[in-house]
Amino acid sequence: MTKSEQQHATTGDGRSITLELRNVSLTLGTGANRTDALVDVNLEVARGELVAVTGRSGSGKSSLLNVAGGLVAPSSGSVLVRGTDLATVSAKELSAARRRSVGYVFQDLNLMATLTAVENVALPLELDGVRVRTAREQAVAALSAVEIGDLADRFPDEMSGGQRQRVAIARGLVGERSLLLADEPTGALDEVTAEGVMTILRQQCDDGAATLMVTHDPSLAAWADRVIRLRDGRIDSVSAPSTRSLVDFG
Amino acid sequence: MAVKDALLALLADGPRYGYQLKAEFDAATGAGWPLNIGQVYSTLQRLERDGLVEPDGPPDDDGRQPYLLTASGRESLAAWLDEPIETQVAGRDEVSMKMLIAVATNVAAPLEVVRDQRVAAMGDLQALTAQKAKATGRDLAFRLHLDRTILLTESQIRWLDLVEHRLEASGQTHHSPSTTARIDGEEK
Repeated sequence: MTKSEQQHATTGDGRSITLELRNVSLTLGTGANRTDALVDVNLEVARGELVAVTGRSGSGKSSLLNVAGGLVAPSSGSVLVRGTDLATVSAKELSAARRRSVGYVFQDLNLMATLTAVENVALPLELDGVRVRTAREQAVAALSAVEIGDLADRFPDEMSGGQRQRVAIARGLVGERSLLLADEPTGALDEVTAEGVMTILRQQCDDGAATLMVTHDPSLAAWADRVIRLRDGRIDSVSAPSTRSLVDFG
Repeated sequence: MAVKDALLALLADGPRYGYQLKAEFDAATGAGWPLNIGQVYSTLQRLERDGLVEPDGPPDDDGRQPYLLTASGRESLAAWLDEPIETQVAGRDEVSMKMLIAVATNVAAPLEVVRDQRVAAMGDLQALTAQKAKATGRDLAFRLHLDRTILLTESQIRWLDLVEHRLEASGQTHHSPSTTARIDGEEK
């Protein structure tokens, strides 16, 4: 471990930091179309922590997620995943690291219609060179973790919206994912189904994954340990669960 | 008054005495609606005076007086159940007053007032959601009450978002420093 990694590997209370953004700025476009998508953003997500990012459309939420996942390089500042500065690794290494340790759960599910649930979940593992049989075993385990292990051989169009969303989450979780990046992970699901999906995501965090979740929905954001609100690419406020007595529930 | 109607509903199942009514009321409402035993007795007295309930024989050996529903009580209960309650427009709570006054008087930067209130409301929503995540084994009444509290808190956050949006659209985002200075001066 380098000196830099040791210096930034843990939080004040001793938890290891999975994702760190240091003075990250991102400028998009040129000339008259130039916009500051992110301005001097500092953020840490520790192991086991769920951090939600809210804000209006155009506030920089998606840019933050893209930068955190190494999909877009910041214009300035650094992004560190488990102590490694993404700017210091080659494109090939970055791509491999993204596949192996970062899970993505996006609103646009991108499930392959011609593949069954288990094949969809196993696909990223197989692309990464994991043997077919091992990949399938891990995919079944991931589907079981989101409580749809019995639907492994169904095609996406044979499943409900909530079940498809669970397949997408299983695909995000499969393998050894230390960092989950989620963009509106419950999509347009009804409230009770969305609650089930969030319960699973929360459980994954409690089991050790670090999660950064983008949402415009306060009720989803409220599942997080910290809620960060972006405004014009800057962190405008941070909310933590209140400790005062809210309701007298006896 | 809903407590009166709730007690009539509980008595529709058969005679009950005061402590039974309180225990059943608490169970039905997820203990989210404070009701003390004194209120139960005073409500029973009013119901008896109005002819909606009557004593069911003499008190038992422990001095507990059971009550039962009269025919008028059943009619009153049916009328309550048949008539939808008017939606309570939550326009008079302290949060909305503070926001509206902050906007109208320009004594502070309205956006900052909105932001601070939203941070507090989001913290409450996070705490309530954590409570919900742990409440899966609790009874239905408790969870329904929690759901309602969560939705009310969420609606406040959404309203604060809208206040911010409309303030920005109207350009009323800054306060006058001279006004603030005068207020600060008066406080000293």
